[in-house]
Amino acid sequence: MSDTPADVIGFYSTQLGVDEAAAESVLASALGRGGSFAELYFEHKRSGSLSFEDQQVKSTQASLSQGVGIRVVEGDAIGYAYTEDLSLDAMRRAAATAAQIAHGTADTDPVDVTAESYPADRYAIATPSTSTPLSDKVELLRRADDAARAYHSTIARVDASMVDEEKRVLIVRSDGRMVADYQPLLRFNVSCLSESEGERRNARWGGGGRMGMAYFDDHSPESLAEEAARQAVLQQEAREAPAGTFPVVLAAGDSGILLHEAVGHGLEADFNRKETSNYSNRIGQSVASELVTVIDDATLNLSRGSVNIDDEGEVAGHNLLIENGQLAAYMQDRISSDHYGVAPSGNGRRQSFRHAPMPRMTNTYMTAGLDEPEDLIRRVEYGIFCKAFSGGQVNITNGDFVFSVTEGYLIENGQITAPIRDVNLIGNGPDVLSKVTGVGHDLEMSDGRWTCGKSGQSVPVGVGIPTVLVSGITVGGTQMRPGAGMSA
Amino acid sequence: MAESTLSTQPLEIAARLLELATSAGADQADAVAMSSTNASTTVRKQQVEKVSESTARSVGLRVILDGRQATVSTSDVSDAALAETAATALELARVSEPDPYAGLADPKEQARNVPQLALFDEQIPDVDGDHRLSQALACEEAALGADERIVNSGGATFSTNYSTFALVDSNGFAGAYADTSASIWVEVMAQEEDGQLRNAGWSTSERSLHRLDNPEDVGREAAARALRQLGAAKASTCEVPVVWEPRMAAGLAGIVAGAASGDALYRRATFLADRQRTEVASPLLTIVDDATMTNRLGSRPFDGEGVLTRRNSLIEQGVFQGFLFDSYNARRLDAASTGSAWRSVGGLPQIGSGNLSIEAGDTPPEQIIAEVDDGLYLTTLMGFGINYTTGDFSRGAAGIWIRNGELAEPVQEINVSGNLLEMFQRIDAVGNDAQWFGATSAPTLRMSSMTVSGV
Repeated sequence: MSDTPADVIGFYSTQLGVDEAAAESVLASALGRGGSFAELYFEHKRSGSLSFEDQQVKSTQASLSQGVGIRVVEGDAIGYAYTEDLSLDAMRRAAATAAQIAHGTADTDPVDVTAESYPADRYAIATPSTSTPLSDKVELLRRADDAARAYHSTIARVDASMVDEEKRVLIVRSDGRMVADYQPLLRFNVSCLSESEGERRNARWGGGGRMGMAYFDDHSPESLAEEAARQAVLQQEAREAPAGTFPVVLAAGDSGILLHEAVGHGLEADFNRKETSNYSNRIGQSVASELVTVIDDATLNLSRGSVNIDDEGEVAGHNLLIENGQLAAYMQDRISSDHYGVAPSGNGRRQSFRHAPMPRMTNTYMTAGLDEPEDLIRRVEYGIFCKAFSGGQVNITNGDFVFSVTEGYLIENGQITAPIRDVNLIGNGPDVLSKVTGVGHDLEMSDGRWTCGKSGQSVPVGVGIPTVLVSGITVGGTQMRPGAGMSA
Repeated sequence: MAESTLSTQPLEIAARLLELATSAGADQADAVAMSSTNASTTVRKQQVEKVSESTARSVGLRVILDGRQATVSTSDVSDAALAETAATALELARVSEPDPYAGLADPKEQARNVPQLALFDEQIPDVDGDHRLSQALACEEAALGADERIVNSGGATFSTNYSTFALVDSNGFAGAYADTSASIWVEVMAQEEDGQLRNAGWSTSERSLHRLDNPEDVGREAAARALRQLGAAKASTCEVPVVWEPRMAAGLAGIVAGAASGDALYRRATFLADRQRTEVASPLLTIVDDATMTNRLGSRPFDGEGVLTRRNSLIEQGVFQGFLFDSYNARRLDAASTGSAWRSVGGLPQIGSGNLSIEAGDTPPEQIIAEVDDGLYLTTLMGFGINYTTGDFSRGAAGIWIRNGELAEPVQEINVSGNLLEMFQRIDAVGNDAQWFGATSAPTLRMSSMTVSGV
């Protein structure tokens, strides 16, 4: 069984000597120069990985990373320091370094720390993968390898890997709150190379979540491997993608990356507080088609982006961001929620104890609409159907965003026809969302394979979307073609 | 400057861990240890936003037992944790599978003495918070003051780092080196008449303080780049010449180095596979990987396996010279290590480059632009649209349109695409203006044609 919050608190106390009294002492050092708030983020992370290539195990890895990140807040400014050494002396030294952001003297009463309980039920798992024998995992990799090779005679190489971690976090704040969480994470990856008549094509696929070995009850290694192999083989017959602005139909699931880039980052409150986002000062305004409702939801069961508490110790929630095209709310961390005078939304996240938290997405998705997915394709005279992606990026300030399609098809006269080669799409957030002219009833969350980067910090996230029709996005292919419209 | 400021602690910890592994029965082993002290100050709108300072340290072990390999790392360097690390590594190796190519570097190729490359600036550990603050403030102030249309800021950061890397292996190699770095970064926003913002950032990053661009120049450059994007609109879809400003061209050097990885060759996941000693680019293109340059960010005396670093020619006048190797991939492809292994504490050696240089040509950049009637001056690329297996390149972009040989109006929300092998062949001008960006140097480049997607 995974640890309960009380188990994690017990672990820190008995295994690492970090208890309420130690935390109070470190907090006293952190507030030694009069900062208005201080927080200790303890992290103990064990991770492992297994890689399989040339039909055998290539390497096995394990790592332990532990430490505490200490943040002192003074107004909108923060002091930050961390240490891997959890002795009281080392922690107090780091706290004194972080305290330098403030310039006064200690003016508060000693902090009285109290462990708090809350329902931590979003990824309570029966069998953590980190305690599963390596030989069982090797067997899963072998099955994936066999399945990919059996899929097609052109599959020349298969690489498979499995990475997992268990993270125990303990957060102690100067308001006395002490909360803990146990956060498992698993990911299974397959990469296939198809080689035929000297032409090579590759594809990757994978999935996972905050899950243990039960992930494989619903996702066989064979199905993940066959999907990677299918995409690689498909690419062998892909044509050049067109160049220009065309209607685009986004398949349900992974296309949620569009939302993550087009509006997700722009609604993180740090950019809006600083008025550097193109969504700044637009709460209540129309920022998308009326068909668009977007939610960031940390509560999804077992999802890669879910958390029980965020990395500032707030219970993470279900947050409506855009409702029927109207901007409803930003994603907040502690500093931004103070700035806006709103409750924290539980979006304060960080990569590790070596990093200060900031507003981040959890699982971000568009709610289902009423259209039949097939009808959305039928409405397009000439355009693109996008199914799988390698990544995306956004410029928060001007709103331009890109996402790279690794499995896409031409739509001609309302029918999906030929597969196209890898292509990048570029749009502007509010513009593209205003061009959403159809939303399917088939909301689907992506399998857990996405990692979001911001200011040098990576965190696991989820994305989701139903089938969506956008009347125009710029498609960065190489095939010149006169612009084509869309029939009503 | 000297290499003398070397913490001996990482070398001692690595040696202790290696000793634990070999006495527990590892056939071969190596251990790496790192200590890295990073300090930074960020200001925004001339107020302090964030001050941080910490020392990170970690240690990693690789063991090989009957050809079976495993790696384990820990940030806990207590005796108990090191003992557990060694035990875990052997336990993992036992359940791994034999790999005939697993092994350490050939001792004959390893560095016997640590070459002096001026990687350590003695001033950097002594830089204090006041200095970081004043540099960050000066940089941002110059950017904000450049023009009244510069109305907002993403902040300015001054950061310094000093680190020690130590490697020991069971063949007797033991080496360590210390290095430093410093950087300044700033981002500001210029405002359109309708209120819309255009942002741009600029930075400088070097081993030594004295090599950094001065903070005011960094700030003014960011401001100028934000200002020149004012009024940007989408371009029309077309096929035109594309001029890559030096910073964009530097990215191409990185792509070539990635495609020249011996690991990608083994996986056949590179468009350069089977093209060694063939013409893959215009004769105007020469790219060199060199980790031995004095005082450069990509320099190091020995690689992640202790192999002496060297200068590796990647493309010489359009001809692809060969792949970069660590010793593992060299063994399995019957090649020799090029001193290109990078080692993090947490994993096996990975292949990477040192300093990359696209050799400057003799054409002034003004002339490169002046020769274009209708084309794109590329200043921004976005996204991950590079397929290393096929060479397909499709990325979001922004820049300035070139009309009748002059930089005209700014453009944004466009895509540029092509196939890298075709793109390299189409390089028809190389500037005489090579500049350094961190560990990469590049001049202005022009490609005779790429597809630009827009309206």
